[in-house]
Amino acid sequence: MKDYEVIIGLEVHAELSTNTKMYCNCSTSFGADPNTHCCPICTGMPGVLPVLNEKVVEYAVKAGLATNCDISRFSKQDRKNYFYPDLPKAYQTSQYDLPLCLGGHLDINVNGEKKRIGITRIHIEEDAGKLIHDAYTGDTLVDMNRCAVPLIEIVSEPDIRNADEAVAYMQTLKSILEYLNVCDCKMQEGSLRCDVNLSVRPVGQKEFGTRTETKNLNSFKAIHNLIEFETNRQIKVIEEGGKIKQETIRWDDAKGIGYAMRAKEDAHDYRYFPEPDLAPIVLSDEYVNNIKDNLPEMPHIKKERYMKEFSLPEYDADILTSSIKSANFFEKANDICNNPKAVANWIMGDFARMLNEKEIEIDESKVTPENLAELINLIDKGTISSKIAKQVFEDMFESGENAKEIVEKKGLVQMSDEGAIKELVEKVVQANPQSIADYKAGKDKAIGFLVGQIMKETKGKANPQIVNKLLLEIINK
Amino acid sequence: MDLYSLTLTEIAKKIKEKEVTIKEVLDSVYSRIDDKEAQVDAYLTLTRESAYKKAQELQDRLDNGEDIGVLGGVPIAIKDNICIKGVKTTCASRMLENYEPIYNATVIEKLENAGAIVLGKTNMDEFAMGSSTETSYFKKTKNPWDLTRVPGGSSGGSAAAVSADMAYAALGSDTGGSIRQPASFCSVVGLKPTYGLVSRFGIVAYASSLDQIGPFGKTVEDVATMLNVISGHDEKDTTSANLEEKDYTKALVNDIKGKVVGIPTDFISTGLNEEVKMAYESAIETLKSLGAQVKEISLKTAKNCLPTYYIIADAEASSNLGRYDGIRYGHRAKEFSDLDDLYKKSRTEGFGAEVKRRIMLGTYVLSAGYYDAYYKRAQQVRTLIVDEFKKAFEDVDVIMIPTAPNTSFKFGAHDASPLEMYLEDMFTVPVNVAGLPGISIPGGFAKSNNMPIGIQFIANAFDEENLLRFAYTFEQNTKYHEAKPQFIKEDK
Repeated sequence: MKDYEVIIGLEVHAELSTNTKMYCNCSTSFGADPNTHCCPICTGMPGVLPVLNEKVVEYAVKAGLATNCDISRFSKQDRKNYFYPDLPKAYQTSQYDLPLCLGGHLDINVNGEKKRIGITRIHIEEDAGKLIHDAYTGDTLVDMNRCAVPLIEIVSEPDIRNADEAVAYMQTLKSILEYLNVCDCKMQEGSLRCDVNLSVRPVGQKEFGTRTETKNLNSFKAIHNLIEFETNRQIKVIEEGGKIKQETIRWDDAKGIGYAMRAKEDAHDYRYFPEPDLAPIVLSDEYVNNIKDNLPEMPHIKKERYMKEFSLPEYDADILTSSIKSANFFEKANDICNNPKAVANWIMGDFARMLNEKEIEIDESKVTPENLAELINLIDKGTISSKIAKQVFEDMFESGENAKEIVEKKGLVQMSDEGAIKELVEKVVQANPQSIADYKAGKDKAIGFLVGQIMKETKGKANPQIVNKLLLEIINK
Repeated sequence: MDLYSLTLTEIAKKIKEKEVTIKEVLDSVYSRIDDKEAQVDAYLTLTRESAYKKAQELQDRLDNGEDIGVLGGVPIAIKDNICIKGVKTTCASRMLENYEPIYNATVIEKLENAGAIVLGKTNMDEFAMGSSTETSYFKKTKNPWDLTRVPGGSSGGSAAAVSADMAYAALGSDTGGSIRQPASFCSVVGLKPTYGLVSRFGIVAYASSLDQIGPFGKTVEDVATMLNVISGHDEKDTTSANLEEKDYTKALVNDIKGKVVGIPTDFISTGLNEEVKMAYESAIETLKSLGAQVKEISLKTAKNCLPTYYIIADAEASSNLGRYDGIRYGHRAKEFSDLDDLYKKSRTEGFGAEVKRRIMLGTYVLSAGYYDAYYKRAQQVRTLIVDEFKKAFEDVDVIMIPTAPNTSFKFGAHDASPLEMYLEDMFTVPVNVAGLPGISIPGGFAKSNNMPIGIQFIANAFDEENLLRFAYTFEQNTKYHEAKPQFIKEDK
């Protein structure tokens, strides 16, 4: 078998987190009852006209600037015509030949290696509605709440070579969009999704192979698995002497298999032409510069600041700043407890593990930055041991109660009273003469057993340092 | 004299001065409609109930000493492609036979605020596509001057209603001449404002970059008053111009001495009916006698405007009419096998032949591989036409041409050749393509068939004042507008 090179380009759709839709004042919020967030305009009633939401342009320009694009001072909107029941006007308002942002790039990190991925363009367009198939009646119903929710489409150059790079690109892009606060990036709700264009060619061949397109992938896992699947499939077809057809693949995430869609669903002539109801978008240098000057701190800048300002290792700074949510959480908690390494350890350690298990994001957790800071303060003051702290944190995670309350309610305050601990130590030493003998015979392990006995007696509340100190004092007396 | 035969300005004054009640006015107009509608067929829907309710409200307010607006109590007609909340808006199409909008067009809000009363919705060519009102799914409107002839189109119902004294004024829409040409055929005044002067919010789109709503009236003064009410910037229409509002009645000055009128000799050299030509030449003499300076100009690009117009209009129409798919509202075929079949059957049954022809043409010119040769080229020619007019207006105040090359024709005259019908638009479409204002005013009658002839003035963008001043002066010095359709004389 020959060696193959995989050529991947991604088209990412990000729903913009504006309060209102692209061309009317309807709410964009997710999860409302069907057809409650719509009006004559977004449902395309006869006679209505669109008015462009200026926030859409602002958000798209932010995304363009943050991905190093040139911002077009003159761009226009176009109609993309096709029939589908979720598209009430029978055209989607998009941008064809004069998009808002052109020619940018993103730097990604894959296994410690930096790579630059080109961005062809970013344009604004409206989302379509949603079809719901009613299994009971067999009818198909249309929900138009999502009609004309604003999107940006970010088109990459075919610079991506494998699934890891694709996922790293998506992660980096997601992180940037979250930093800009222009998209909530909830992939499971579809507010960030991507189309994968993929082709393969023997290493050394100059021209690209025939590509396939897979639409609407909405998790990193799906992107990764589809790319592996489609790469293997295409190579196999070629190795067996076949030809790749230019077609659209539908990805079944549950089964981990892609299917070619019927050619009919694929054969579109969208008859793009300039939207006559909307004036061209003309931006002044002042407008663009103003947005540029007010962009928030981007992930790579923040990372360097964390290393400098908080003396965090690069690894920690990288993880904390990979999402604006964890960075914000970190900063808030650290402002209170002033122990950056401890906060970082918690966020990257147990907390991260528990969030993963629950499949939620840090800002959806019941644990607040204030709660975590308080927990760290309790450890730092010696009120609880770090072992107890783990237990408290688990409680906090489940109940959302604050650390102090949990510690008090459950009586978890660490015993640091030397007199009381000394009594216990003496009791345990007397009850275990064999262990003392073992220790004196050079079996250091015996100490561990004795400490364990004391902790058992105190239900883990005794301050371990004091226990150790007193135990050695008494044995060695 | 019957109340219905007065002008808008006269009746508004009588109401305000309480010489008549608004109910008396409504009674008069509706009785006129009851008398003549069976012959003319101008209306698709009559809104008697809401009209009388509104009349009562306005009368109460008037009797309370309130100002009820410049159109207070004046009954008017609305073309059936302009949305009125809760009133059927069919566009004279089977597709929208039972469609009731859930919102008001901006012009409707403005008319309501000015105190106007809506009598009903008028017949039109289906989706405003046509020049004779014959493509209406529901009925054929007759020309009040000769019931065997068409009223023109697409706003034929509005023109006929005003002409037959079945409304004091009416709204129409003009995409390629749909106000001016029927005004010409029915001997009333019809104004197509500058693109962007009147909000398009709520007019069912035919060709978005060409459509404009405008008024029909019995006099130039009535039309100026209507324009005052309906014009102005609308936040809901980003193509509407944000300009200082004007009082257009101030332009009604009976004096054009020293003003310059452009005569595009090359533009009108072919296809012009002899009798229309005579009326036009007589109009030139009239302007000269009133002290205007006549200047020969050239509009050689505009002369070839028709293909440009039909490419742009049909392209936009093919997209604008995509929404009538039988899914959410409008006609849906009773039986269908799958989604594609539902689309095909609903649209096949719901649209008439002319609408289908334009959708197909428009779809074709936008198709991959043809876009550059047709749509893009047409847009380039459009720019040339805009520039040509701009240049012309450096030297002249207005341009005068006939409104239509012929007088009204018999029903079915162009059935065999749609192209011949398209040629009827040759003098009106350049105005839409260039986005300019144009007005058609009564300019005499043809000897052979006694049918009206319209004279059209065209002005620079947003220069409705010069347009109205010329039209008013011409009207006041010719009085062609005072003639009434034949069957009215027979009545007496």
